[in-house]
Amino acid sequence: MCTGRVDLAFILRAFKQGADGVFIGGCWPGECHYVTEGNYDVLKNVHIAKKMLQRIGINPDRLRLEWISASEGMRYAEVMNEFGKRLKELGALGKGEGIDERSLKLRMEAAYNLVPFVKLVERERIRERFKTEEEYDAYFASAELESLFDNLVTDNLAVSQMTLLLKEKPLSTAEIASALNLSAADVNRHIKTSSRKGLVKYDEGLNAYALA
Amino acid sequence: MNTAERNIGDVLIVGGGISGIQAALDLANSGFRVFLVDKSPALGGKMSQLDKTFPTNDCSMCIESPKFIECSRNPNIEIITYTEVDRVEGEAGDFKVTLTKKPRYISEEKCTGCNICVDYCPVKIPDPFNQNLSENKAVHIYFSQAVPLVTYVDPETCLYLKEGKCQICVGACKTNAIDLHQKPETFQIEVGAILLSPGYSTFDPKLRTDFGYGKMQNVVTSLDFERILCATGPYEGEVLRPSDKKHPHKIAWIQCVGSRQVTPGGNNYCSAVCCAYSQKQVILAKDHSPTLEATIFHNDVRAYGKDFERFHQRAEKLPDVRFIRSYVTVGREIESSKNVTIRYSTVDQGVKEEEFDMVVLSVGLNPPKDVEALASKFGIELTDQKFCKNNPYNPIETSRKGIFVSGAFQGPLDIPESVLTASGADALVGQLLSHRRHKLERERVYPDEKDVSKEELKIGVVVCYCGANIGRVVNIPEVIEYAATLPNVSWAGENLFACSTENAKQISDAIVAKGLNRVVLAACTPRTHEPLFRDTCREAGLNQYFFEFANIREHCSWVHSREKENATEKAKEIVRMAVARAAHLEPLQEFQLPVDHTALVVGGGVAGMTAALNMAEQGFEIYLVEKDNDLGGLARRLHYTLEGTEIQPFLEDLVKKVYRHPSIHVWTDSTILDVSGYVGNFTTQVESQGRVREVKHGVSLLATGAAEYKPTEYLYGENENVLTQLELEGEIVAESERVKAAQSVVMIQCVGCRQTDRNYCSRVCCSQAIKNALKLKKINPEIEVQVIFRDMRTYGLKEVYYREAANQNVKFIRYEADKKPVVEAQGAGFKVTVPDPVLGQVMELEADLVVLAAAVIPSEASQEAGKLFKVSNNPDGFFQEAHVKLRPVDFSADGVFLCGTAHYPKHLTETISQAYGAAGRAVGILSRETVTASGSVCDVNENNCVSCGACITACKYGAISFVDTPKGKKAHVEPILCKGDGLCNAKCPTQAIYLKHYTDDAIFAQIDAALH
Repeated sequence: MCTGRVDLAFILRAFKQGADGVFIGGCWPGECHYVTEGNYDVLKNVHIAKKMLQRIGINPDRLRLEWISASEGMRYAEVMNEFGKRLKELGALGKGEGIDERSLKLRMEAAYNLVPFVKLVERERIRERFKTEEEYDAYFASAELESLFDNLVTDNLAVSQMTLLLKEKPLSTAEIASALNLSAADVNRHIKTSSRKGLVKYDEGLNAYALA
Repeated sequence: MNTAERNIGDVLIVGGGISGIQAALDLANSGFRVFLVDKSPALGGKMSQLDKTFPTNDCSMCIESPKFIECSRNPNIEIITYTEVDRVEGEAGDFKVTLTKKPRYISEEKCTGCNICVDYCPVKIPDPFNQNLSENKAVHIYFSQAVPLVTYVDPETCLYLKEGKCQICVGACKTNAIDLHQKPETFQIEVGAILLSPGYSTFDPKLRTDFGYGKMQNVVTSLDFERILCATGPYEGEVLRPSDKKHPHKIAWIQCVGSRQVTPGGNNYCSAVCCAYSQKQVILAKDHSPTLEATIFHNDVRAYGKDFERFHQRAEKLPDVRFIRSYVTVGREIESSKNVTIRYSTVDQGVKEEEFDMVVLSVGLNPPKDVEALASKFGIELTDQKFCKNNPYNPIETSRKGIFVSGAFQGPLDIPESVLTASGADALVGQLLSHRRHKLERERVYPDEKDVSKEELKIGVVVCYCGANIGRVVNIPEVIEYAATLPNVSWAGENLFACSTENAKQISDAIVAKGLNRVVLAACTPRTHEPLFRDTCREAGLNQYFFEFANIREHCSWVHSREKENATEKAKEIVRMAVARAAHLEPLQEFQLPVDHTALVVGGGVAGMTAALNMAEQGFEIYLVEKDNDLGGLARRLHYTLEGTEIQPFLEDLVKKVYRHPSIHVWTDSTILDVSGYVGNFTTQVESQGRVREVKHGVSLLATGAAEYKPTEYLYGENENVLTQLELEGEIVAESERVKAAQSVVMIQCVGCRQTDRNYCSRVCCSQAIKNALKLKKINPEIEVQVIFRDMRTYGLKEVYYREAANQNVKFIRYEADKKPVVEAQGAGFKVTVPDPVLGQVMELEADLVVLAAAVIPSEASQEAGKLFKVSNNPDGFFQEAHVKLRPVDFSADGVFLCGTAHYPKHLTETISQAYGAAGRAVGILSRETVTASGSVCDVNENNCVSCGACITACKYGAISFVDTPKGKKAHVEPILCKGDGLCNAKCPTQAIYLKHYTDDAIFAQIDAALH
């Protein structure tokens, strides 16, 4: 098994289950034990996961990827101690970010449910392969990628959360907006697109939106 | 099988230490039937007594003991312990060997290793395995992981055998295994070849009264200290001193005890391993007690091996560690404290006497005990130092045909060299006996695998103490109690050492008796022990993929040794995760892949040629690819060895044999373009003399060599009278005018290495300097030769030539790394200035020629080969072997092997040994019809597949393609092409493709269990 086997779902599942941090250790780039250089795949996944975390208000520092070869026991110990220290500074997941438990659960659930979709986005729109770690870093820091990610993923994260909320009970626009900490305009936009897809409907009797 | 048949085999191995064990496994795996004989009650040799091994600090027993069990389970290895050789008759191909099995006073067939007799025995004796530092009984098992796991009675101390009294043990034994009337048993075996791997004995410091050993309680030998450090040692891994069993705060190590001495009772050679093992002991002792003050009194620090330089630096940088270059004398024992004083002198402070709580004598390596009797029984010759006399062009050959030698009987060697010479012996035996390969071989038979698919989950959890390694930190009973409460766990129990034969059997018995269908072992690490326990499951008729490891030693007790409660909690969590995962394990079948009986050898130097010729002689087809236009490599520039053997005639002969061999295809002027495939079935594209050709081969052997560093320092390249040692060697042989006319030569060591950018020692240069200095003295006895050095690293038997050079008035001047010599042109010659740290003044030397010991650097070809064959190079650019100690010529990629200077700088004889070693390992695959591939490969759940093709683009092995099914186009995995990296899984949006054994469900279960 290679670090490239580390599925986006593994990372988000761990956070969903309440992990305060997730650490991934991989072989150094260029020292692949297979021929696949799957460490670049995990690098890409970690960039994507960090962006998702950030968009649901979780500090992306809670996810760390380091290159550590089997012979670098000392380095491993240093990195883990340092990461442990950083996590203590950040505090418990959610608490550190000032997110209440219910909202945290909702956000994590939404992000986790989005994994199959994000995999498709990755395949269709974020296909680029680079030769160095720096190029990946630069690419994922670019404005172009940010806006692509916002267009494709951020809105869907909100919709995913909204759907989870509406699963519990029908809600008004204002209620949704306050629960998800969004503007009414954004909520209206998401309701509009979701209604068009037949996911959400307006329940006149309740004067609220419900799942279709 | 009848007795007559049972006594016929292919090879007799004498000595069951790590070298003999490795040889037995390699020989058995390449189709020979082996007798593995040891005179002690169990396999293991000296390695089993060591705590950890340098430079990786792996636990010695932990990496060795799986091999004991591997030997005992191999149907082609017969282990015969407590047995000595009486007589050898016959000749190569047909030896008759008479052996005598000493009476153990125990029936090996009946003894279960239960230890009850040991409990009842009233006689306490010093424990030989623990260097007499603790007590055992007159009847005991040699050590916990012993193979065979049976007791033996010490005839010297047993009351019955001495005085006819007692016999308590006889009554206590439930299986009537004790037979105090047992007699020696003499029998004869027939073999085609013999391998001597009797190992070494340690220097006995009692012979020299001046070390205080045996008189002062707190003076111990380094082997004693290994036991003291060890969790299974006399003090259960607490570093205590013998006099009062208190923690010593100040320990001194004295180097070169018994070594590098010409005084009577000492050895005139260097023992080659003590510098590194003492540094290891310092690191480990500091680990036990961080405030310990450690002082090492040393001569030259000989950090000449791979990664030794960094290891030395690691020890040196620890707080309160002093390395003091000084001869010492042991002073006196202080009556009240039992402390010991040591007198030494330093440049700054003159002579001092200092008190230490404990003193460790770094004792050297001697030839095995009774070596002369051994030599005469086998009819082999010994060297002056009583080591085995070997063929200088083939160190594994003794003076008698058909009898080979591996390990430290060749001379002081460390573990990797003992292992690779063992594999080399396999190669040479294979060459001698290739006609009888597979003739006596027997297949291992496992019980039928039981079908558990209809059963409910019954998980068994075994928690191992690992002696004190885990037990001292983690509360094992608490973990067991907890494990028993976990879902689907039907039984939880403990093991003192799960890896001992007895406990491994307990596990397989428990599988049968308790009807377990999943097994979780909470113990050391899957890295070294997973194959062993998978095999244990197979022995019990359970599919091996039903085994799961919970790593509570390396992931827990070792790293949290100071937080016992937290460590126990973490151990529970790790076990909980493993149990959760075990519930999702499925039975898997492994694949048998056909093997192409052809080898590709890359590099036509001595290493590549030696390996190629050996494999060809064993009956395999070889392609030898060389980038230059002729064979020979770096050895073309070497003319004689330090020991005085001629190189060029040997090389010519080797080249000729390789070119002429009908099974070797030599391709010169060739470059490798591409490598694909896997063990047993590689395909390589080679561009050779303008044509691209394709080779199909089962194994690859990389011998891409090394290069000489081109110095930029000391006027090299600016002044033609500055040469490298290799250039000087060429000129000596060519009898150049300037060499003949030279009146004075200054040699400068460590040029281009042992520095920040090349943080390693080039190993060969000190010997090279001595060799050339002696030649110069021979040409002109009046010549002044001065060697400016940092540490003279004429390790092992090469030491005698260093002394010879000093006797011939070659001058040696030491310099410090930060005060390098300065070379200036002066008249027709040079002025060389260097601060002498001993005399404390700047020396001014005159020289006609300046000769630089230029570093050995990795070849460019090694970098390229690393990328092509997907194998690693270490930070210095040399090849990285799979395991520094026990897999020294394997890469972690299966079917790819390494040898020669591409691994690390080494002498020609070492290169030859390693080439045979690599050939031996490679033939282990070539001689088989199939290799086994892991069952952990991908498969597709077609119902979930949406035909997006994400998996197909992710797979670099081309293992996935679309196939037409009634449900449409679906992804399909070709299992023999799948390497199980699992990249495709992470890409699949619908979880349709899954990696067996590492499924999403199994991993999710583990994640969920971790966080609940």
